[in-house]
Amino acid sequence: MLTLTDLRGSSKQRNRERLMRLLFQAAAMATVLISALIVFVLFRGAINFLRLIDWKAGILSDNGWLPRRERFDLRTIVWGSFMMGLVAMVVAVPLGLSVAVFLSEYASPRVRRVIKPVIEVLAGIPSVIVGYFVLRFVAPEIVTPAFNPTSQFNMLAAGLGIGILVIPIMASVSEDALASVPDSLREASYAIGARKINTVFRIVLPAAISGLVAAFIIAVSRAIGETMVATMAAGIDGSGPFDGYSPTSKGLSMTGAMTNAVGGTDQDVGGASFEVLYFVGALLFVITMLLNLVGNRIVNRIREQY
Amino acid sequence: MALVTPALGGKTATETVRASLTRRERDTAGFVMAGLLLFAMLLTLVILLTLLIQLFAEAGPYLADRKWSFITSSIGSDPDKIGVWPGLFGSAVIGIAVVVIAIPMGIAAAVYLEEYASAKNRWTQLILVNIRNLAGVPAVIFGVLGFIIFVTWLEPMSSGKTLIAAGLTMSVLVLPIIVITSMEAIRAVPQGLRDGGFGVGASRWEVTRDHVLPYAAPGILTGTMLSLARAFGEAAPLIIVGAVTGLLPETSLSGRFTAVPILIYSWSGKPQPPGSEHSFTEAAAAAGVVLLVLVLFFNSAAIVLRNRFERRRTGT
Amino acid sequence: MNNELSDTVTQQAPERMIGIDVSNETRASLTAVTPELSHPVFELSDVSVLYGDFRAVRGASMSIREHEITAFIGPSGCGKTTILRCLNRMNDFIETAKVEGTINYHGVNLYDPEVNSTEVRRRIGMVFQKPNPFPKSIYDNVAYGPRLMGIKNRAELDAVVEKSLRGSALWDEVKDRLKSSGLSLSGGQQQRLCIARAVAVEPDVILMDEPCSALDPIATARIEDLMKEIKSKYTIVIVTHNMQQAARVSDRTAFFTTEVGESDRRTGQLVEFNPTAKMFSNPDDERTEQYVTGRFG
Repeated sequence: MLTLTDLRGSSKQRNRERLMRLLFQAAAMATVLISALIVFVLFRGAINFLRLIDWKAGILSDNGWLPRRERFDLRTIVWGSFMMGLVAMVVAVPLGLSVAVFLSEYASPRVRRVIKPVIEVLAGIPSVIVGYFVLRFVAPEIVTPAFNPTSQFNMLAAGLGIGILVIPIMASVSEDALASVPDSLREASYAIGARKINTVFRIVLPAAISGLVAAFIIAVSRAIGETMVATMAAGIDGSGPFDGYSPTSKGLSMTGAMTNAVGGTDQDVGGASFEVLYFVGALLFVITMLLNLVGNRIVNRIREQY
Repeated sequence: MALVTPALGGKTATETVRASLTRRERDTAGFVMAGLLLFAMLLTLVILLTLLIQLFAEAGPYLADRKWSFITSSIGSDPDKIGVWPGLFGSAVIGIAVVVIAIPMGIAAAVYLEEYASAKNRWTQLILVNIRNLAGVPAVIFGVLGFIIFVTWLEPMSSGKTLIAAGLTMSVLVLPIIVITSMEAIRAVPQGLRDGGFGVGASRWEVTRDHVLPYAAPGILTGTMLSLARAFGEAAPLIIVGAVTGLLPETSLSGRFTAVPILIYSWSGKPQPPGSEHSFTEAAAAAGVVLLVLVLFFNSAAIVLRNRFERRRTGT
Repeated sequence: MNNELSDTVTQQAPERMIGIDVSNETRASLTAVTPELSHPVFELSDVSVLYGDFRAVRGASMSIREHEITAFIGPSGCGKTTILRCLNRMNDFIETAKVEGTINYHGVNLYDPEVNSTEVRRRIGMVFQKPNPFPKSIYDNVAYGPRLMGIKNRAELDAVVEKSLRGSALWDEVKDRLKSSGLSLSGGQQQRLCIARAVAVEPDVILMDEPCSALDPIATARIEDLMKEIKSKYTIVIVTHNMQQAARVSDRTAFFTTEVGESDRRTGQLVEFNPTAKMFSNPDDERTEQYVTGRFG
């Protein structure tokens, strides 16, 4: 005769199952902990920084980013990130989008098999190496002859480097967006006798527009978060006066300000020139997170649609 | 069949239709467009090639000169004598940290989210949104996190700005990638496989261990390779955690450290000291070659694995 | 809802079989019904299954008897598979699924909170519609369950594997290639492998969810023969779309249908549960008669 205890299973097995579930759950919860810690660390430090300085004078001063002299002109670093991001997108959007359109609408499977790995190689190139490339080639050979800037180190050169870095992500998210447009739409267009270019530009691209916008947003987020190229090539080497709004001026990105705050042998932990790390970090975190949230939201909505 | 093509100017209707169907219409706009796209593609290719050529052209003669001594020497102030050894040591330790910490944790989190957690649950959604956000957080911010948590708070454990702190920091950085790629691999496991296991009375853990994970292994491995490539290539977090750029007397787990991308960063800008035959930029290029080889190896491994995984799934 | 169980079962061959073309063998086998009622393995009382607030099937009550083959038949979407999956708690995996009513297994409430669903599935095995052997060797497929139960000795495992493969009429075909992959077998062989795998843990009940729908007629016939051979050792419940199959193999049949409820959603319900011979010759409910004569469904 069967009783309830027969169907309970051995306690050894039940405990083991419970243990495994707990372990897996702990790992998943750890990711939430990481986010919480990031927010805590950044915002605690940012508040601490704001208390250290005379923030009205400090942040809105006109003199540039000079942490050791307690001059924290936000405008310098925000414009720096913005301009470099802008230049980067001017490079990455046409090139990345073209690659995506080409791969999605024009390329034969054989060509795809060649091009895709190339893009993936480009995606794998570490940012320091692109920084080296900008210093040794892009700045001296391209930017200087063409634009005649005051210095080889400027926001334009850095922006170009960041653009190169961002092409692959722009291409791949755009390609996903294009691929998710159902073939039936294309077929309907061809069936009316439309030519390929009409189909692509009047039907496919508009249908994919939200995905392309998401690609753009995600790429911008990457560009703003990029550190190495911005630090190596932008011109204001960690601290300096504001050099002007033009892309050929020297610049400093938010990320560059962060690496500078940590700077070398004379670290002033606890002092404003160090604690600004958290403030800029918090700013950067908020900006990129907002961009990512919007971008991811759009991408998820597309995935559900198709 | 009502043909709206009357016989035109002496020809029959058939001939008129044939003429209109076979006429080569010059689609100039389309042609120009396709040309522009091709140009953009080629430009991208050219950029990549130029970068590689610049790198290898500058590194080539230098490496030919230095040969293996570049790998075995330590860093210093003479470009003729420096080497990447401390950087390789540092990067290797970081890689091991990622394998030992981030990979098991990432797979475990993915298993929880795909196999154990209820998809509709609010907490599960929160964790998922959170992980996707983490994947987009700039690397430098993980450096700040690492500086506070691993260098400062956990100083008794890590001894400050050391490889232990660096390894932990990079593990946290790549964790979201591992979770996301592992989740995708697990999601691709056919439900029939799990049903077969449950149908024989296997428990959830047994089904996961014996059927889901083995099937998803290639996909998970792909994510692992990608995350290692990332861990080797990132420099920004290491700067914040305190990597050294100038002199490093000895490599150890409890002392200051450096890594290959840091060396490239540091040497790229340095002026050539008077009296030395080579410049720091040449050394930077050489280090770049070393890093590229390392990173591309793992990226290619990931691509190859992913292709094999795709083939197995689609049965080709 | 008609589910009267007659105490004695008709012993003579039904004079007329409505609507179904049956061979003499089938006709003969329909008379060989268990003369007395065997012990009930499952007792379902007013069982309903809801997905969220959608009632997929309502109020099913029946007794499934030991060492019999019980068939669930009916048109698509009427809840046959849903009820089947309740019997081994497979519906647990569907988050929104809720089971109302009671299902007693040998007198124990299957859904009692203390009951461990893994334990349930060791006793109540399942074979699925699409054969799903593990991507392992034939040997490892069959040995998987016993290994989980703790059998490690090689000789013991060999014995279990052979016994199970013999028990699913597959041994002679694969005995020389036990190491080859389970996926290298034909569809019908794969399904017999899945049966062997289910049998290897020595279950009490085997549930089969349209086990032959993906197979050709010859493979189907072999599995039907197998079912009849092994029912003396197990209790079998089979969901099938194929009425002739139900008529051929089962001792008792449950007929489900759908009714359109509020908001136009179709809820399944059990219409009639009777010995198969009766179901196909003289069913109690008119809807059953219409279904088995092919007038609908």
